[in-house]
Amino acid sequence: MSVNKKIVDDLVANDVEFVTTVPCKQLAGVIDEIDACEKIYHIPSNKEDEGMGLCAGAFMGGKRPAIIMQNTAIGVTINTLVTLTQYYRMPLPMLISYRGELGEPVACQVEMAVHTKALLNQLNIPTYHFHKEEDADELDSILKYTFMCNKPVAILTDASFWKGY
Amino acid sequence: MIRSDILRDIAPIIRDHLVVCNIGLPSQELHLTDDQPTNFYMLGTMGLASSIGLGLALAQGKKVISIDGDGSVLTNFGTLPTIANNVADNFILLIIDNGSYGSTGDQPTYAGKKTSLTAVATACGCENVVECSAEDTGKTVQAALDSNKMTIIVAKCESGNVKVPVITMDPVVIRDRFMKAVQA
Ligand SMILES: Cc1ncc(C[n+]2csc(CCOP(=O)(O)OP(=O)(O)O)c2C)c(N)n1
Ligand SMILES: [Mg+2]
Repeated sequence: MSVNKKIVDDLVANDVEFVTTVPCKQLAGVIDEIDACEKIYHIPSNKEDEGMGLCAGAFMGGKRPAIIMQNTAIGVTINTLVTLTQYYRMPLPMLISYRGELGEPVACQVEMAVHTKALLNQLNIPTYHFHKEEDADELDSILKYTFMCNKPVAILTDASFWKGY
Repeated sequence: MIRSDILRDIAPIIRDHLVVCNIGLPSQELHLTDDQPTNFYMLGTMGLASSIGLGLALAQGKKVISIDGDGSVLTNFGTLPTIANNVADNFILLIIDNGSYGSTGDQPTYAGKKTSLTAVATACGCENVVECSAEDTGKTVQAALDSNKMTIIVAKCESGNVKVPVITMDPVVIRDRFMKAVQA
């Protein structure tokens, strides 16, 4: 089974029915899989903070949400993470491509990579890092944990995990 | 008429529906005028009232009215194409356009100058976009509710604020009370 299919299967198995995305080259496959999945309403957003607003609304409407985005988006979502998702105590699994790690060809991506874990740590956001394909075996538990504690949770997925670009 | 007059006028019309209310004075005024469990007061995240409302409308069947401001729509312009392309006929976006950042002291916005939010919403692909005067906001909201069609209303009013207390309710209480009203 492809890793993209496995990720979407885990989302479906955990009743995630509402997924917003902003693309990253590394996330293209999983976004295609989300789009093709009949059990998930896929709503592309134009900016990740907007996407987190959509997810907050969907959660209050009774649907489990998730966001798929690039790590650069941490920079544009800090206010939303703290004053919406955390302040009102809402769950939000964030599947994040961790650009700027080993194997990265685009130098500019490294600039946010060096801040990514520090920012998530500062925000007290539980953070998991998928480096090898088998790390994704933990996704099911991470999703259960997220909806148990009603917190935003970050899943960083680097280039080694995606086997390059 | 200023924003608080519009909110007072529409309170009886919107009170039985789910309302997501904009940051700052709009939420404080609605809270003072007609606090309801069906009101979600967005106390931070300027710009996201429309996104929260759309997500809520797409996730369940009850009618949702997002009360937004011109300045907040300008800050989250990306919301309008998302709304246009994800039609939820139980969703009404009411933009109270006072041409200013009212909550921070009435600094003028571009919506009060050359930029028409009605034209922008239409250009983004929204199908039912209605501009109305402050006086006509109540009947325009009622007509939108009756139409069962997703509607964007741009209600033009004067800028100005009344003195209102801040909301001291705990955010988790606001959210929990609101979710129970959604499920009721
Ligand atoms: C990111 C961010 N920038 C600035 C502010 C300060 N702020 C709070 S409300 C507001 C004005 C909102 O204007 P509008 O949406 O037109 O609503 P009005 O108060 O005029 O009804 C501003 C600038 C903020 N809360 N967040
Ligand atoms: Mg305004």
